[in-house]
Amino acid sequence: MIKAVMVMNTQGKPRLAKFYEYLPVEKQQELIRRVFAVLCGRAENVSNFIEAESIFGPDSRLVYKHFATLYFVFVFDSSENELAVLDLIQVFVETLDKCFKNVCELDIVFNYSKIHTILDEIIFGGQVLETSSAEVMKAVEEISKLEAASNAITLIPKSASGWRSR
Amino acid sequence: MGSQGGFYQSKEFLDLVKSIGEARSKAEEDRIVLNEIETLKRRISEPDIPKRKMKEYIIRLVYVEMLGHDASFGYIHAVKMTHDDSLLVKRTGYLAVTLFLNEDHDLIILIVNTIQKDLKSDNFLVVCAALNAVSKLINEETIPAVLPQVVELLAHPKEAVRKKAIMALHRFYQKSPSSVSHLVSNFRKRLCDNDPGVMGATLCPLFDLITRDVNSYKDLVISFVSILKQVVERRVPKAYDYHQMPAPFIQIKLLKILALLGSGDKQSSAKMYTVVGDIFRKCDSSSNIGNAILYECICCVSSIYPNPKLLESAADVISRFLKSDSHNLKYMGVDALGRLIKISPEIAEQHQLAVIDCLEDPDDTLKRKTFELLYKMTKSTNVEVIVDRMIDYMISINDNHYKTEIASRCVELAEQFAPSNRWFIQTMNKVFEHAGDLVNIKVAHNLMRLIAEGFGEDDDTADSQLRSSAVESYLCILGEPKLPSVFLQVICWVLGEYGTTDGKFSASYIIGKLCDVAEAYSNDETVKAYAVTALMKIHTFEIAAGRKVDMLPECQSLMEELLASHSTDLQQRAYELQAVIGLDAHAVACIMPSDASCEDIEVDKGLSFLNGYIQESIEKGAQPYIPESERSGMLNISNFRSQDHHEASSHGLRFEAYELPKPIVQSKIPPASLASTELVPVPEKMYPRESYQTTVPSVSSDAGPSELKLRLDGVQMKWGRPTFSPATSTSNSTISQKTVNGITQVDGASTANSRTRETYDSRKPQVEISPEKKKLAASLFGGSSKTEKRAATGHKISKSSSHMVEKSHVPKSSMEVASEKTPPVQQPLDLLDLGEPTVTSTVPSVDPFKQLEGLVDTTQVASAVNHGLTAAAKSPDIMALYSETPADGDLLSGVLNPSMTNMPGGTTTRQSMPRSKGPNPKDSLEKDALVRQMGVTPASQNPNLFKDLLG
Repeated sequence: MIKAVMVMNTQGKPRLAKFYEYLPVEKQQELIRRVFAVLCGRAENVSNFIEAESIFGPDSRLVYKHFATLYFVFVFDSSENELAVLDLIQVFVETLDKCFKNVCELDIVFNYSKIHTILDEIIFGGQVLETSSAEVMKAVEEISKLEAASNAITLIPKSASGWRSR
Repeated sequence: MGSQGGFYQSKEFLDLVKSIGEARSKAEEDRIVLNEIETLKRRISEPDIPKRKMKEYIIRLVYVEMLGHDASFGYIHAVKMTHDDSLLVKRTGYLAVTLFLNEDHDLIILIVNTIQKDLKSDNFLVVCAALNAVSKLINEETIPAVLPQVVELLAHPKEAVRKKAIMALHRFYQKSPSSVSHLVSNFRKRLCDNDPGVMGATLCPLFDLITRDVNSYKDLVISFVSILKQVVERRVPKAYDYHQMPAPFIQIKLLKILALLGSGDKQSSAKMYTVVGDIFRKCDSSSNIGNAILYECICCVSSIYPNPKLLESAADVISRFLKSDSHNLKYMGVDALGRLIKISPEIAEQHQLAVIDCLEDPDDTLKRKTFELLYKMTKSTNVEVIVDRMIDYMISINDNHYKTEIASRCVELAEQFAPSNRWFIQTMNKVFEHAGDLVNIKVAHNLMRLIAEGFGEDDDTADSQLRSSAVESYLCILGEPKLPSVFLQVICWVLGEYGTTDGKFSASYIIGKLCDVAEAYSNDETVKAYAVTALMKIHTFEIAAGRKVDMLPECQSLMEELLASHSTDLQQRAYELQAVIGLDAHAVACIMPSDASCEDIEVDKGLSFLNGYIQESIEKGAQPYIPESERSGMLNISNFRSQDHHEASSHGLRFEAYELPKPIVQSKIPPASLASTELVPVPEKMYPRESYQTTVPSVSSDAGPSELKLRLDGVQMKWGRPTFSPATSTSNSTISQKTVNGITQVDGASTANSRTRETYDSRKPQVEISPEKKKLAASLFGGSSKTEKRAATGHKISKSSSHMVEKSHVPKSSMEVASEKTPPVQQPLDLLDLGEPTVTSTVPSVDPFKQLEGLVDTTQVASAVNHGLTAAAKSPDIMALYSETPADGDLLSGVLNPSMTNMPGGTTTRQSMPRSKGPNPKDSLEKDALVRQMGVTPASQNPNLFKDLLG
């Protein structure tokens, strides 16, 4: 199963952290720090895999992907396949990209709850639930629509980057 | 602009994020966040907050907590939000509680009711949100509260809900398998769901179930195979395609499941061959996901019953992976190779250069994976190269976790395959020097034991050579600053035991060194204790040899310091040393026999050597000892006794401690008794003192039938005692059989290698391969004939191995039967490896220590090693033999109290312990353990006691 999903920027600031087994906040912070310490020491053009047993205990693997200013990190055990998880990260990022059109770090910060919604559609309780970004998009849009309807709040997508480009 | 703030975020939130982003230090960030927490604390408890605002506050709280600050004051508000009717608020509430709370949190009880209600909601999004919370927040106790609803949802019209319901059920199974055990059939049912997504979700719990119990799911093999077939043939909706691959994640899961089901099951495996072969053919290897599937296929192929055709395809894919430029693929290739060489070891040979490239890659992950592969393919021909590489790498890294792991691997490989004693000692020294305190203390004890016991070769000079080389190397290493504690312990022990044995170094030199150690590492009490005991040994050996020893001034001052030490252990050792030095040569030799660390000691638990003294006292009118357990009836007893003391003792007042003494122990074992222990073929030179020879059961422990229980793992351990007993020959035959199989394999490998290497080279003629690399490749893989010489001479320096080479020519004919088409040129090299069984086939060497570990718990083992291996009596047969000898190992007491032999067979005093070591190995082991608890080293019994006895 997948143990944790983390998104952090290249300065080591967490942007999203979701642990599928409960961990106290301090422990989460420590793990994020240690993962970052390993990540920032890695050169370009090396593999996307890291031996994570010293950080996350036995039977844990870590796959990460570096996009612009962000690291996407998935931690999981031997019941998943490293290359497949790498594609799962791809699915996640593609979905974000479709959602926000050219996703950037700020979109993730400002749309914190939406990111969680997207992730919940992909991974459920540590298991991969959906791997088609189109399907995920459909579900997320449906949720947004209903949420908007139930609150009569207009949905303003993609304003964060507008704010940034100012 | 800021006010528009994304997904309903306000300007305030934007400002917060911005200011955190601009914070220049962690302290500044903390200050900003603490400010924010104060604001939120105030605002959130205001009455009548609009829902939208409330949602924002909670999201801000979640954000704050992600940054590592405490947001617990807001948990209750998040819980309240889950009760709200509005979907937006409710979902936010659920999101927050799943992130904030764990399943055992007190607030969960407030949510369970809401979850129950929401699971029945008409709105499927509410249901989904609730299911999401269920997967995170429901624990074993609350499962029954929501279980019926979740099961109902398995038939929900929306596939998204069905999917999540299955996942939730899976989660329940993970948390408490018993709570849903009656519902397992639901997973099977859902496997036939119309929606491929739901079916795919079902594979997750089924994978878990099958992992735990393969046999109950063998019937599903056909279903899984047909599903996989349909997927591969693109009969699932296009929507499930990913990068032009049909439902790749489902394929991967299915392959994983098939690997489990087909493992060791020829019948089931046969059903899978076609579809796996199809995937190999159809899979697109240009995309990442395609390679993921191919990798999974290799895993499957290497797990199920082997099929030559599939193995060939797998080998092809592996070579493609390894030749790829992508580090990810190389990584997967190395991993896959590690799986496949278990089945067909010969494929490693074709990839030697690629593997070496990976080894030299700057990518740490890839390097480690490659070391893992090398670890798996180590054999006696390449162990030196591999272990050297591992140690170099170990020295270069800082990661303690991995350092520990690689150190233990080095030790393991060295113990299994070491070509020579000297190499072994040197390797161990390196490991200790660089990873000392990370190494398990057992490894150190093991090393001491090996040095003490020798290596089971017939020739004693090799053992003593080894010891003196160890002593020399340690004296040399001692010059270096800051050695790890564990290593120092080994050094002290070896110097104490063998420092002066070969006469090369004077006692005072060794003593000086030991004093230096004790002084330099004065904070480490364990090291100091080892040093003091070593000092004691050196002194006693000198005294026993009749040489006069004066205590060196530094030793004197060390003793003075230790006599006043805060550590009672150190203090006691110092007093012991003082006491022992005052004794005469004979007594000292009894207390500290030289080179007797491997010998067995028996502790006379009944203190029978005191019998004479007691008898005398009783005759003088002293009262006999009454065990504490019987003292409650003291009053009666004393009344009783006042009438007639002697009558009382015959009156059923049996005090256990004083049972009838058994036939008296002989003080000296007549050499003739050796004959009865002919099963113990100890080379005499090794134990110069005859009187101790009978007490060496550690050798015989190997020979017994108990050996059959041992884990041999198909590899011969080079270290440890050989067995000379003919009784083991039956078990040997199977082992040598195995190695004969090994021969054919290895031979086949080398032929394959020479062939494929050519093709490999010819395919890439433009690539210049450095000769160095080639050499390395050859030494690792035992490659082409060019490098043969080097392998034969450079790495096989040890006498024993060259001996093997010679010998291996003798049974050539039988070899040729085993390996028909091996070109003769190659034979010598392979024979290095192969010759072994012919020479050592009677040596299914066994680590007697491992046996011990099984029986005694680890702490006892650890202490046991301190005095070398005593390891008495594991095989009942030998014990039976052994207990017949009159000596019964009770040497110490016998020697010390010869008067006892004349002691009248008293009626009042009796030995409480059953004297003969029972046939039960456990008993004797427990006894041994007790012995060890009572004194740290055989000789360090309470010296004061001896003093009294000896006058």
